[in-house]
Amino acid sequence: MTIEVRDLSTHFRLSAGTIKAVDGVSLSVRRGQILGLVGESGSGKTVTGFSIMRLVESPGFIAGGNILFQGTDLARISEEEMRRLRGNRIAMIFQDPMMTLNPVLRIDTQMVETIRAHEKTSREEALRRARDALGMVGIPSPEERLKAYPHQFSGGMRQRVAIAIAFLHKPDLIIADEPTTALDVTIQGQILAEVQKLTSKFGTSLIWISHDLSVVAALADEIAVMYAGRLVEQGKVGEVLDHPLHPYTKGLIDSVPNRNRRGAALNQIKGMTPSLADLPEGCSFRTRCPREAEICKQVPLTREWLHDHTARCHRPYHPTEDFT
Amino acid sequence: MVSYLLRRLPQAALTMLVMSVVVFVGVFAIGNPVDILISPQATATERDNAIRALGLDLPIWQQYWSFLVNLFQGDVGRSFVFNVSALHLIMERLPATLELALASTLLGLVIGMPFGLYAGLAPNSRVSTSIMAGSILGFSLPSFWVGIVMIMLFSVHLGWLPSGGRGDTVYWLGARWSFLTTDGLAHMAMPVLNLALFQISMVIRLTRAGVREVILSDYVKFARAKGLTETRIILVHVLKNILIPVITVVGLNLGTVIAFAVVTETIFSWPGMGKLIIDSINVLDRPVIVAYLMLMVLMFVVINLLVDLAYMVLDPRVRLESR
Repeated sequence: MTIEVRDLSTHFRLSAGTIKAVDGVSLSVRRGQILGLVGESGSGKTVTGFSIMRLVESPGFIAGGNILFQGTDLARISEEEMRRLRGNRIAMIFQDPMMTLNPVLRIDTQMVETIRAHEKTSREEALRRARDALGMVGIPSPEERLKAYPHQFSGGMRQRVAIAIAFLHKPDLIIADEPTTALDVTIQGQILAEVQKLTSKFGTSLIWISHDLSVVAALADEIAVMYAGRLVEQGKVGEVLDHPLHPYTKGLIDSVPNRNRRGAALNQIKGMTPSLADLPEGCSFRTRCPREAEICKQVPLTREWLHDHTARCHRPYHPTEDFT
Repeated sequence: MVSYLLRRLPQAALTMLVMSVVVFVGVFAIGNPVDILISPQATATERDNAIRALGLDLPIWQQYWSFLVNLFQGDVGRSFVFNVSALHLIMERLPATLELALASTLLGLVIGMPFGLYAGLAPNSRVSTSIMAGSILGFSLPSFWVGIVMIMLFSVHLGWLPSGGRGDTVYWLGARWSFLTTDGLAHMAMPVLNLALFQISMVIRLTRAGVREVILSDYVKFARAKGLTETRIILVHVLKNILIPVITVVGLNLGTVIAFAVVTETIFSWPGMGKLIIDSINVLDRPVIVAYLMLMVLMFVVINLLVDLAYMVLDPRVRLESR
């Protein structure tokens, strides 16, 4: 097991009260496996990623739980110990490649500093490795491109640079926060292929945060669905997508445009994502749920309804149930 | 870079030309120097002779034309009062003002940046709120009042610092400078601080605002995710980005500091250009006023150009594609 998150809670203390952005999330990723973390904006998936990196900024803080990375609890170690892991054993790729590289520093500076933050190497050796890393992610003439500034790259190329930086130390875990959302579909495909190739090459575990089910379906081994700070469903990708247990997961799947239902109105999840400051009692999805019942006013617990397939729901769909 | 400069030069020349008209007409309008310069006992013939000798009998456009022709020959006219080249008179005073302005700008950066950095990184600490409150004082207290209070405190009551003048100077690079002697430095201390107060406050606010903005940016988060030390993030990733607005504003402000050092120079009897221009306005010494104003315009044009160049060095996005 590369990473095992147990009962993680990340709260934001605001003047209006405490917001539970991540509320008791447990997930784990095996070596070389890809976990797709799915949910709407504001469901807490990005905060979960940043919590694992211990990069949640004030007023946010990790309120409880364990983040076991190769046996070490990241929630307990010192800031300096955490810094030595960041970018080294655990790396992160951000959503918007236009914003993640520092505009006033050359690519070589931004790569070399990453290498030298964790290893005592000469500048020449670091430059050579940076060049190889750029070549590895498919950037043509890497030697020259090292001297360039971020604005001289396209969005797709910048994301490749960010990926090259993430892989510099061949990390054990990469957290990718919607890295293809800001890109063209064609570039998106290339980036996906690139990441897939590199993770399997180095045996890197990957947490792929996304709201795009089709991307996760193509990439991930397992899927975890988040809603309002909680995990509502978790299991193997095929299993979850074919037999969703939680009405929210089913709603998400139905919201994806489908060629087989051309012309028919898309199914939507009714209502809006509730504000985290003002969640309904019990199951936080119940006000939007087609299967709401009296029991849903009590908080549902996570339960393994099927083999390796859990859901946090009182009245999940049964796999034998006819969805149509 | 060279082609950029070449394109900028005609713009600069046009600015200078337009300003020369404005300055000339403006000075023409504020009064007739003859009334002040010629003794009231002079006869009408003496008066006419003097007017003709100074060229004041010609219509304004002819006066302007001869001024322009002389200007292109490098002659901005002779002072009515001292009967020496106006430019020479100003240049003699320039080092004193330059010394004051540059020292106060440097002080503004050296004090302002660290304080601003701290206030930006720990915005809610008590020290930060004190710094910000102090910067409001620095902005709003009139510099003549602060100057007088400083003299009262450090010269009159404590007797630590001299209240005026340049003190001992040393001849270096064709001019006399105070900052090379200890006595000169003692004389500089108060006027420099007085002139720097506004700049310190400005740099604090600019730096703080920059830090607050940059620290939230994705590239700083990414730098953290790369495992860089906080020192490197602040000194390289944050500082290099906030340097751009700070340099721009401080650079542009340098012209203002030089041009408006008048108040500080008057209070501390600092023999710089500001004091010269005040004296010249009092006696309507037209050539000196015109020459001074033209020099200020030239200075602003040059500083603008230098700031643009500094921008190109600091911000790769502004650099032209054909480097």
